[in-house]
Amino acid sequence: MTISYDEVVAKYDPVLGLEVHVELNTHSKMFCSCSTIFGGEPNTQTCPVCLALPGALPVVNATAIESTIKIGLALNCSIAPYSRFARKNYFYPDMPKNFQISQYDEPICFDGFVDVEIDTDEGPRQFRIEIERVHMEEDTGKSLHVGGATGRIHGADYSLLDYNRAGIPLVEIVTKIVPGTGKYAPEVARAYVAELRDILRGLGVSDVKMEQGSLRCDANVSLKPMGSEVLGTRSETKNVNSLRSVERAIRGEMIRHAELLDAGKKVKQETRHFQEDTGLTRSGRSKEQAEDYRYFPEPDLVPVAPDAAWIEELRAALPERPSLRRKRLKEEWNVPDKEMSAMVNADVLDIVEATVLLGADPTKARTWWLGEISRIANDKDVAVTELSITPADVAEIVALVNKGELTDKLARQVVEGVIAGEGSPAAVVAKRGIKVVNDDGALMAAIEKVCADQPETAQKVRDGHIPAAGALIGAVMKETKGQADAARVRELLLGHLGQPTS
Amino acid sequence: MSSLSRDDVAKLAALARIEMSEEELVSLASQFGMILDAVARVQEVDLDGVAPTSHPQPIQNVFREDVVHPSLTPAQALSSAPAQEEQRFRVPQILGEAE
Amino acid sequence: MITQSAAAMSEALSKSEVTSTELTQAHLDRIASVDSSVKAFLHVDAEGALAQAARIDADRSAGKKLHPLAGIPLALKDVLTQEGIPTTAGSKILQGWKPQYDSTVVSKIKDAGIVILGKTNMDEFAMGSSTENSAYGPTFNPWDLSRTPGGSSGGSAAAVSAYEAPLAIGSDTGGSIRQPAALTGIVGVRPTYGAVSRYGLIAYSSSLDQAGPFGRTVLDTALLHDVMAGHDPKDATSINADFPDVVAAARKCDVKGMKIGVIKQLQGEGYQSGVQARFDESLQVLASLGAQIVEVDCPSFEYALAAYYLIAPSECSSNLARFDAMRYGLRVGDSDGASAESVMNATRNAGFGHEVKRRIILGTYALSSGYYDAYYGSAQKIRTLIIQDYAKAFAQADVLVSPTAPTTAFKIGEKSDDPIAMYLGDVATIPVNLAGICGMSLPAGLADEDNLPVGFQIMAPAMQDARLYQVGSALEAALVSQWGGHLISKAPALGGSK
Repeated sequence: MTISYDEVVAKYDPVLGLEVHVELNTHSKMFCSCSTIFGGEPNTQTCPVCLALPGALPVVNATAIESTIKIGLALNCSIAPYSRFARKNYFYPDMPKNFQISQYDEPICFDGFVDVEIDTDEGPRQFRIEIERVHMEEDTGKSLHVGGATGRIHGADYSLLDYNRAGIPLVEIVTKIVPGTGKYAPEVARAYVAELRDILRGLGVSDVKMEQGSLRCDANVSLKPMGSEVLGTRSETKNVNSLRSVERAIRGEMIRHAELLDAGKKVKQETRHFQEDTGLTRSGRSKEQAEDYRYFPEPDLVPVAPDAAWIEELRAALPERPSLRRKRLKEEWNVPDKEMSAMVNADVLDIVEATVLLGADPTKARTWWLGEISRIANDKDVAVTELSITPADVAEIVALVNKGELTDKLARQVVEGVIAGEGSPAAVVAKRGIKVVNDDGALMAAIEKVCADQPETAQKVRDGHIPAAGALIGAVMKETKGQADAARVRELLLGHLGQPTS
Repeated sequence: MSSLSRDDVAKLAALARIEMSEEELVSLASQFGMILDAVARVQEVDLDGVAPTSHPQPIQNVFREDVVHPSLTPAQALSSAPAQEEQRFRVPQILGEAE
Repeated sequence: MITQSAAAMSEALSKSEVTSTELTQAHLDRIASVDSSVKAFLHVDAEGALAQAARIDADRSAGKKLHPLAGIPLALKDVLTQEGIPTTAGSKILQGWKPQYDSTVVSKIKDAGIVILGKTNMDEFAMGSSTENSAYGPTFNPWDLSRTPGGSSGGSAAAVSAYEAPLAIGSDTGGSIRQPAALTGIVGVRPTYGAVSRYGLIAYSSSLDQAGPFGRTVLDTALLHDVMAGHDPKDATSINADFPDVVAAARKCDVKGMKIGVIKQLQGEGYQSGVQARFDESLQVLASLGAQIVEVDCPSFEYALAAYYLIAPSECSSNLARFDAMRYGLRVGDSDGASAESVMNATRNAGFGHEVKRRIILGTYALSSGYYDAYYGSAQKIRTLIIQDYAKAFAQADVLVSPTAPTTAFKIGEKSDDPIAMYLGDVATIPVNLAGICGMSLPAGLADEDNLPVGFQIMAPAMQDARLYQVGSALEAALVSQWGGHLISKAPALGGSK
């Protein structure tokens, strides 16, 4: 018997904790000079350091430090005047040294916050997510499990290891515990990850593509009975690969915890894996038998003491905060809240802004991207940004409509053509021979022909039955292969049939 | 006198991924007490207010430019691999899950 | 020819009195003659050595400008990677491993045109003070083949002592260059931490390890030290500064006006009488040369051994985690139904010797949750106190001195069942490593009771390595004059021509 989400949030109060790992877009790895390019042939980007050959030593990537500080500043963190690397010791074949160089009690950034806004029943509400720390570490290699079903680790006969990704720079962002979200926990979590993603993208420090793994989220959830101060046992959910999954995973875990607690059972402190297809989580490692990581300061690396003046330079050069930018655009474009949210949720804000910067009217730009183009994207089951139509294309099309060289209907054909790869809007227009028929003479000829073909309908209009004109207009459009301006046709037709044209 | 039991040593050996023989576990456990007493002397000193030293030289801020240098070839990387397949290191089935 | 100093060999080469090929061959012959008794070498690379020698001879004939040590043979402790040459760190777990890269030290040696004869024996992963912990059998002391040459760089020390090479490289984490130098009657230096790159030095204890030179004379050692030292961007802990001119200092032979500090805690009780006697005499020699002898008090040194045997095992427990049968080295137990975990566990058990396992377990314990503060954490604080004591002492003296080791060379097997007794042998050398400063051992004479070599240790502040050579060269000159030759010439003949 599954409990409903509403019942869960009536009885229990969720507490969240989010850990996000970001892959930095540096050219070389965190501690060695191997390339970080994605998708290389196996073991073509390794060296004594990232393979952990005996005698090899790490040296820190300067850009990684800079990127991490920028992230900390963008998240309103304090930057530690003195921070150190530490070894996190545990054994696993994808981690060549069998310890990860990370940071422990001296992270480079700490005590920050991110403000997010979500839609609630009572209107928009702000939540402040506090950041505990931002620190640097390195990624592991990739294993291919051979022999088992579904390529997963269970039941595999053996594994094949590729160390190209071993040593890729990672930044870990850890929130303090997030109480007080109530039934909006899933939305708040999603909004936080989305905001992080936008901030990171704005900083240019990472690709932040969740589907590709350059932004990874681990969600921690616990429930406490409503009104209680005692925190519940938390579970950690990994493998959350999209914003939607963040929401689903948290909602799912809240329900799972509630069912256990209602039945008088205990929630196990464990790691769980999110499953895309069911929206449920599957049990993984038990955290109660957690390894003792035996952290100690990394003796092969010296402390990082960033120059205070340099930190201020970085702070001054930070790009506009996404939330501030959204506010500014909303005011500049005079967009209602709901439409603003629609653009943000559809992830088209950047593309719309780019279109506006090329001269298009904001409303028109928005209408195209959120309307016709999004519809086509949905039909093809891809993201808007994956279509081969650019802000420049849309700006050009809007300009053509403004000039009267295209009607909205014709413009839609041009959009289709550009997306189909037929070239730029100008090329599509030329190729398909799309032309607005502006010549009144030609239009009149078509109108007269249609009236002659449909004398009864024409008479109806003459008699004052205006709606009947629709069929005639349609016929004229057909005559002109859709290239007439429907509004002009209507004007001329009504005039021709003795009716007022406005 | 400090001491470690055979079971204590076995737990440490498991953490260190060394499968020691029973004999060795017992022998280590018996020697450990003496060794622990010797090293526990560090607790005899008043260390209040003393900062720990993890680096003997006061060096800070050593970095390298974010520039790519040639890697090992796959043949070199795999040259000492106990087992390999399809240009990857082949290892027996992994029981535990990744972090 | 092989009993000459490297400096003399260098001169002979530059005057074309001998070729590098002849010199190298003479040493290979010596190795063939005596190494079955001494067992200094794990791997002799005759082909590579002769090829390098031939290259240098060709360059010399062509009039190219060469480094003073070009064409001179050297023995390399098997703890440094050398591309394509078997490197084992004295362990079964790396049996047959051929590194894919040269350590920076080896690159520098090759660039100078020095001829690497082969890799020398060592205590496994540099853990030990007698070379008895080698997985490949012990090395024997050329002065008395029933005794150890000390360790962990016993192979390198023995090679130089037995005239198998005029120069050798070792590594020193707790005294592993200085103590074997003392026990085999030669010179050995542990440079300032960070002076010599650790890139390619198979790690034992990262914050304590340094590679360093062995020679039969102070000047020879300086010439090699000069080649080895220098900043390396591949080692983040290496010092980026100008290094003192140790070769010039080694030619100085002058201690007039220098203050020599005797460390109260590192002499007297626990030191073999013959060792103490030679030490005291050396002090008198220095005084007669115009130095002022003062006593300094370093109370924290009493805890140095304890701190070392917490820090080093802790770091090594982590450094040795990479030996897991997955990417290189030994793999055992890979049969049907085996898992990566079981193969790892079985390999590490089969591949590591007893002492290494003991230190890994000790280190794992010292770092574990709940024990960190009491053990590793406290040890790191003791380290701070030791650095402070040295700072105070160096305010009173230019160099500090002590006997290098409490005893002369002990018999094979004598201490192997008593780890504490073995550890106690490092009591005078360890403080140098904990503080990251530099130290030298040079021959002070033979102990009366057993006619075995005694070492005199000189310590100097970080980056003041030149002072070691200045004081060492002065003492050496005076003692050599007293003895009518270097101490090593008194060693018993080993068979084969000397």
